Order: sequence, then C-alpha cells, then structure tokens
Amino acid sequence: MSTIFGIPPQALFGQLLLGLINGSFYALLSLGLAVIFGMLNVINFAHGALYMLGAFVAWLLLTMAGIGYWWALLLAPLVVGAFGVILEKTLLSRLYKLDHLYGLLLTFGLALIVEGVFRHFYGVSGQPYPIPDLLRGGQNLGFMFLPNYRGWVVVASLVVCLATWYAIERTKLGAYLRAATENPVLVQAFGINVPLMITATYGFGVALAGLAGVLAAPIYQVSPLMGSNLIIVVFAVVVIGGMGSILGAVLTGYGLGLLEGLTKVFYPEASNIVVFVIMAVVLLIKPAGLFGRER
Amino acid sequence: MIARLLAGAALAALAVGSAQAQQGKISGDVVKIGVLNDRSGLYADLGGEGSVVAVRMAVEEVGGKILGKPIEVIAADHQNKPDIGSNLSREWIDRDGVDVIVDVPNSGVALAVQEVTREKKKLFLMQGPATSRLTGDACSPTGFHWAYDTRALAVGTGQAIVKEGGKSWFFLTADYAFGHQLETDTAAQVKKAGGTVVGAVRAPLNTADFSSFLLQAQSSGAQVIGLANAGGDTITSIKQASEFGLTQSGQQKLAGLLIFLSDVHALGLQVAQDLVLTTGFYWDMDDEKRAWSEKYKAKTGKMPTMVQAGSYSSVKHYLKAIEAAGTDDGPTVAAKMKEMPVNDMFAKNGKILPNGRMVHDMYLARVKKPSESKGPWDYYEIIRTIPGDEAFATMAESGCKLPG
Repeated sequence: MSTIFGIPPQALFGQLLLGLINGSFYALLSLGLAVIFGMLNVINFAHGALYMLGAFVAWLLLTMAGIGYWWALLLAPLVVGAFGVILEKTLLSRLYKLDHLYGLLLTFGLALIVEGVFRHFYGVSGQPYPIPDLLRGGQNLGFMFLPNYRGWVVVASLVVCLATWYAIERTKLGAYLRAATENPVLVQAFGINVPLMITATYGFGVALAGLAGVLAAPIYQVSPLMGSNLIIVVFAVVVIGGMGSILGAVLTGYGLGLLEGLTKVFYPEASNIVVFVIMAVVLLIKPAGLFGRER
Repeated sequence: MIARLLAGAALAALAVGSAQAQQGKISGDVVKIGVLNDRSGLYADLGGEGSVVAVRMAVEEVGGKILGKPIEVIAADHQNKPDIGSNLSREWIDRDGVDVIVDVPNSGVALAVQEVTREKKKLFLMQGPATSRLTGDACSPTGFHWAYDTRALAVGTGQAIVKEGGKSWFFLTADYAFGHQLETDTAAQVKKAGGTVVGAVRAPLNTADFSSFLLQAQSSGAQVIGLANAGGDTITSIKQASEFGLTQSGQQKLAGLLIFLSDVHALGLQVAQDLVLTTGFYWDMDDEKRAWSEKYKAKTGKMPTMVQAGSYSSVKHYLKAIEAAGTDDGPTVAAKMKEMPVNDMFAKNGKILPNGRMVHDMYLARVKKPSESKGPWDYYEIIRTIPGDEAFATMAESGCKLPG
C-alpha cells in the first residue's frame, strides 16, 4: 500500500474529513464572534458560555418537555438569542462609550457566572444527548466510517455560514449594518434605529452560538465545561482570521480545523497547541490577521 | 554509687517521656484534615465535593473528636496542576497546621504532593491518583495508596480481556503521568497473558474530540482498543467510539481501563453497556456497603465512586491509628496504620504493605444492559473477585526502596 509522507492515504483523508467537521464548529462560533465584534466592537467572552447554554437548553427541552432535536434546533437559538438581547439591553449597552476592555471583562465575568451556575446544578461529567433517529448510523466511505450526524453538521454549518455572509455583505439590511458601524450618527440621521439594530445583531450573534451548541450536543457530552474548552481556540481563530472579518472567520475556522486534523496524524501531542503556534506566526507577519484590516 | 544514681535519673527521664506520649499529643490541639482534589474540572464528579462529604462522614462517626481534641476538615481545588497542588499542600502544612492530605486525583499532582508530605513527615491518603509509582519508585514512609492503582486495573481488565480472546491491543492514552503508567502496566499484563500491543496514540488531557485518535485506533486493526484515560476523557472517547461505529462492527472491542460509577452514570447504560471494568468498590455488593452508600446518597444525591468510599475508609483508619498511637505525629501514626488491619465497609481484612499500598480485593465488573438494570445507579454486575494479593504488586515487585 502506498503512503503519503509515511501515512496511509485512508488515515490521511479520514483525518482531513474530521478536521472539516471540527472546523464547522470553529467557523460557526467564530462567525458569531466576528459579527458581534464587527458591529458592536465588543469582544464577547461569554460566547463559549452561550454555546454551552444552547446545548443545555436543547437537553432541558428533551428531558423536561420531551421536545426533540429538530424543534430544539429552532427553539434553543431563540432562547439563547433572547437571553443575549436581555444582556445587551441591561448590561452591555452601558459600556459602548468606554474602552473595549470593559466589555471584555463584563462578558468574561458573565461567562464565569453562567458556567458556575450550571456546574453547581449539573456537575462536570455532562449529560448524554442522543443522536436524532433520522441521523443515526453512518456511511462507509471506503477510507473511513462517516457518522451521518457529523455529515449533517458540516452541511448545516456551511449553509448557515454562507447565509450569514450573504445577509451582511449582499443585502440592504446588511448594508445598513455595515454603514452603522462606520458612522452611527449619520445612519441614525437617515431615520434608521441604530440601537435596535445593534441589539438585534448581538442577539443574532449569540443565537449562532446557541445553534452551534445544539449541533454539538449529540457529539459531545452536554457539559458546563464544553464552552470554556472551545472558546480559547475559537478566539485564536478569530484573531488569525482578522477581528471582525466575516469571511476571515469562516475560512480560518475550516482551515484550522483541517490543520488540526493533520497535526493529529503526524504529531498528536501537539494538536492542542498548533492553532496557537499559527496565531503567533500570523500575528508576527500580519498583525491585523489574514483577512483583517488595520483600524 | 554515682553510676547507679545516673542510671536512676535516666530511667526516670525515660518514664516521664513515655508518660507524656501516652497522655495524648495532638499538634496544635486539633487534627486537621485537608481534602485536596479537582473540584471544578474533568475529575470533579468522581472525587470533588463527594470526597469531602465522605471524609466528614468518617469524622462524624467518631463524634468529631479524637483524644479529646476536635477534628477539622478543609478542602481546596488543585485544578489538575502539580504546581498549584504542591503549593497548596505546603501552605496547608506550614501555615494552617494540616496533619493529613486526602484524595488528590491526577497522578501528576499526587506525585508532587507526595514529595511535600514526605519532606514534612505528614500523612498522605491517596484515593484519586492511579499511578503505581506512588508506592513504587516514588513511595514515601507516610504515603498511603488506598482505593486502586494502575497495576490493579491492568491485572483486572487487561488479563480478563486477553483471556476472552482479545489478543491484539491498541492504546488510546492520556498524555501525562497517569496515562503513561496505565498503558505501561496494562501492556505488561497483556503480554504476560499472551497478547500483543500493536500501537498507541497519546491524546492531550481534557480533549474534546477523540474522533481522530479513534480513527487511528480503528485503522490499526487491533482487536481491543484500551482506553488509558479517565473521567471526562473516558466519557467522551466511549461516546464517540459508539458514534463512529467502532464497536458495532464486532471486530473491535473497547476496554475502559479506568471507569468510575460517575462515568457510567453520565454516559447512560445505552452507550456504556457491556463495558468490562475493574473497580475497588461497588455500592450494591453487600448490606454494609449499601447502608453506608444510602447514607452518602442522602447527603449528595448520588451513589459514591470508589474514590469517595475510599476517602471515608482511609480517614476512618487514620483516626483509629491516632487513637491507638496516642499522638498525631506523622511517622508514628503511619507506622501504627501499617500494623493494624483495615476492616470496614470498604475493605475486609485489608492490609497495608511497608510501601503504603493498601491491599484489598478488587472486582471485575460488567456494565449492565438497560434491560437488566432495575433502577437508578443499578449499573454493575460483578463477574469476579480479584484477590488483593493478585491485584497489587508485592513489596519486592513494587520497586520501592523503603525498608520492608
């Protein structure tokens, strides 16, 4: 059997595919972060906690009310988004005049509180969430066994990422949003309700995190730690892609997922840190990130 | 005449000295027990606050006092970091007058704390950590390894699975002291029983996604995939192995080398069914264990893991030894503990080797199918009792350099 760099091709393709799946989560989460940073200038450290909240809402819907996966896919992001709107209205909106740092500290504190509450009530081992019946089983691709559910995650996240990119870059509403971030006073003078738009944007960004949480629930344990495990990597993704760049967030998300997959083949011990090595290198060469622009 | 006088004086001095010892000498007029474990991370459910509750139960049973002095229990989180663990234990002993440190899951942290307690001559009662090095090359005269260790797990699960026909093994190993030791010990038992090891992959601690590693295990073609990890990592890897159809095909079998009751609870029987595992304790084995466990459950809402039950047992034995020795002086109590057999709800006729290894029976268990389970926490069927002498290494085998 021939090999590529000493690795059997089956293993290599398998890892690449897995990298793509992980990349889907990175992309979905960093997309929300990028949207929030781009429009609000807030570094949303609570993003991981809100992702965890999405998974927990899905789990609670299932165990308390018997509401299954497909409805949770719709309901959980709405709940998380609504929670985000409340956060923005009551807390974040007071900080826009201050330095970035205050928003970061506030959201970091919020993340600790939300995680602490869930840890207190549900422990750390996590709760099982079954894969929906429709997506059980998998396909034998010859080089690997692809669980149907993971295939679905890739498709769903691609669709959501593309739709978000399209809405922001190609529609009238998106044009207003982008204009409002450049010059909110002028846009307001045209009769557009800028504060409402900002609130809606934050709500949408965290709803994306909630959605990622529901998608993740059947793969990982629904655990209070799931957000903090992921958030640091996602931040690295956003920094590499360029803070606030939608396209950068999505492309780097998938790209780094693939890269991580490759690292797991060649040198698994480094798979935890490869993303941060890349981040260091990118920041040295392009301080604004791959797709970012200097502000 | 003068010689006789001197001898008399010396004898009198001796008598006074021993009288003082018998009067009872408790340092700082309080026996302070420090429970040091993971209270927020991936090992929090198997030890954590549950171990503190179990220790308090042991203290309550002796009336909260020993030799007329109060017993105090404090707790802290070592966050799975050896530096934090050794700093905390140093502060506890030097500043707060802590006499004994209990639990300390995570072998890396436990090895660090073992050094501190050895240097300070304080007791260390280990429940959570697994590595057999703690009673091997890293042994201490005041260190006690209680509930289980990597060697016992290897003997139990490793040999049992090879005997069932699982000859070729691939290891999925947590990349730190514990995982390496569990892999080493299990590989030795597998080879001893006539099996082979075809490879291993080292995954970082607290990995969220094991699918790449599982894929490597799958392509290795080994009959058995040995999971040399614990807590949250074991849960995730078992769950994802089931997702990737590793076990359904029937060609490969998972061997969870260290599985706690809390892991099975978190996985659910649907995913965990038929796993074979080795444990030092199961709540539903006899009346005494059931009674104690029900009391524990009333306080915590959960059934105890072997770590939590072991914390109770070791502290109970420690307090008995203080009573018998009449002092809480570290080396004296340690010697007393080794003299006395361990007899409580956790262990019957347990004995403690000079290296601090508490030798007691271990159990090979199989996780029940959902249809076999009669209710919550009814998870294990005990297949075999592994006699203590078979499960644990002898003093000579251990590699410990203490005088035996």
